[in-house]
Amino acid sequence: MTDTTPRAEWPLYEVFVRGKRGLNHVHVGSLHAPDDEMAVLHARDVYTRRNEGVSIWVVRSDAITASSPDEKDPLFAPSGDKVYRHPTFYDIPADVPHM
Amino acid sequence: MTASEVDPALEAGFEAGFEAGFEATIARNDRIEPRDWMPEGYRRTLVRQVAQHAHSEIIGMQPEGSWIGRAPSLRRKATLLAKVQDEAGHGLYLYSSCETLGVSREQLTEMLVEGRQKYSSIFNYPTLSYADVGTIGWLVDGAAICNQVPLCRTSYGPYGRAMIRICKEESFHQRQGYELLMTMMRGTDEQRAMVQESVDRFWWPSLMMFGPPDAESPNTQQSMAWGIKRNTNDELRQRFVDMTVPQAKALGVTLPDPDLRWNEDRHAHDFGTPDWDEFMAVVKGNGPCNAQRIAHRRKAHDDGAWVREAATAFAARTTQAALEGTSR
Ligand SMILES: [Fe+2]
Ligand SMILES: [Fe+2]
Repeated sequence: MTDTTPRAEWPLYEVFVRGKRGLNHVHVGSLHAPDDEMAVLHARDVYTRRNEGVSIWVVRSDAITASSPDEKDPLFAPSGDKVYRHPTFYDIPADVPHM
Repeated sequence: MTASEVDPALEAGFEAGFEAGFEATIARNDRIEPRDWMPEGYRRTLVRQVAQHAHSEIIGMQPEGSWIGRAPSLRRKATLLAKVQDEAGHGLYLYSSCETLGVSREQLTEMLVEGRQKYSSIFNYPTLSYADVGTIGWLVDGAAICNQVPLCRTSYGPYGRAMIRICKEESFHQRQGYELLMTMMRGTDEQRAMVQESVDRFWWPSLMMFGPPDAESPNTQQSMAWGIKRNTNDELRQRFVDMTVPQAKALGVTLPDPDLRWNEDRHAHDFGTPDWDEFMAVVKGNGPCNAQRIAHRRKAHDDGAWVREAATAFAARTTQAALEGTSR
């Protein structure tokens, strides 16, 4: 019989890659690693085998605070009725250039 | 009323509201994300499909991996090594998306080695000659591409994003295989015979990769309604046959199906029926290599245990040293 007692898993890290200079780091996925240093090495092997990035960030998933359990929660609802935040809210005569 | 006594009617009301939100997202063709509410059946179906897909990438390293040391040149070795490494990467992308559904990596690995979750039946066939490396790239990765391209639009966000990454890498897999076969076809009669013999063995198992016929695939309809699958098994199989026939012709090999012919009325190829009894036998664990594949995976996992444990111990020690402000 094999031993089925669950071993402690390596913690989960989220991986962010900057595709090239001038771009933001973008979330690309996650991986398990024993520590921060190994997480960067694993991220390089898993997510940048073809020069997909010039810089990698890793962060423990449990260190991330998210806005709400549901992505469409009321936290974002108020911005829906603040149309005055959008440029098209303001009427500008058509003959005014470069607006 | 305290927080612990939730009114059941109220709870049912919330549930109905969440469900309506989920259905509306699916109807808009929008994506479901990990923290969204989802029906338990949707989650369960996805875990099964994504895990099976991840396991297939990982087990799929074995048939080709066994040829890395025997590939005939440094160039062919480097190509094959890169390809097999990609498959490991594909497995990791998919495990990572599967974990967003609330299962752990350790659980997934256990379910694979205990035979409680499946992987693609194709990897239970042996690679008997070096030509199989080419045939797998051409036909098996070709069939995988057919399956995977529509899955880039699957309704579950993390799964779709993993598929996009995977599809970008698959075309290298198919092209290196086809090029290998073309090179052999320009060689000796013996080499050409090796290619044909390999294609003869892999053609029908490749068609089986799309799963049972629609009439016998009970989950397909619900999966399509949920936007998890975008095409039926038979649709994808037909697409694969139509794509492959001209490639076979250009290569100069015969596909081993006497019923294969162009049907002008359907604007598609007619083709024979795979041996579904064989398919079921392989799925149930009685293919030529099932036991060997699982034993190998289990051994690799067990042999790696000390590395995982050592890395954990090292991480714990360095964290401790940092806390105490000492250098290690
Ligand atoms: Fe793959
Ligand atoms: Fe592949």
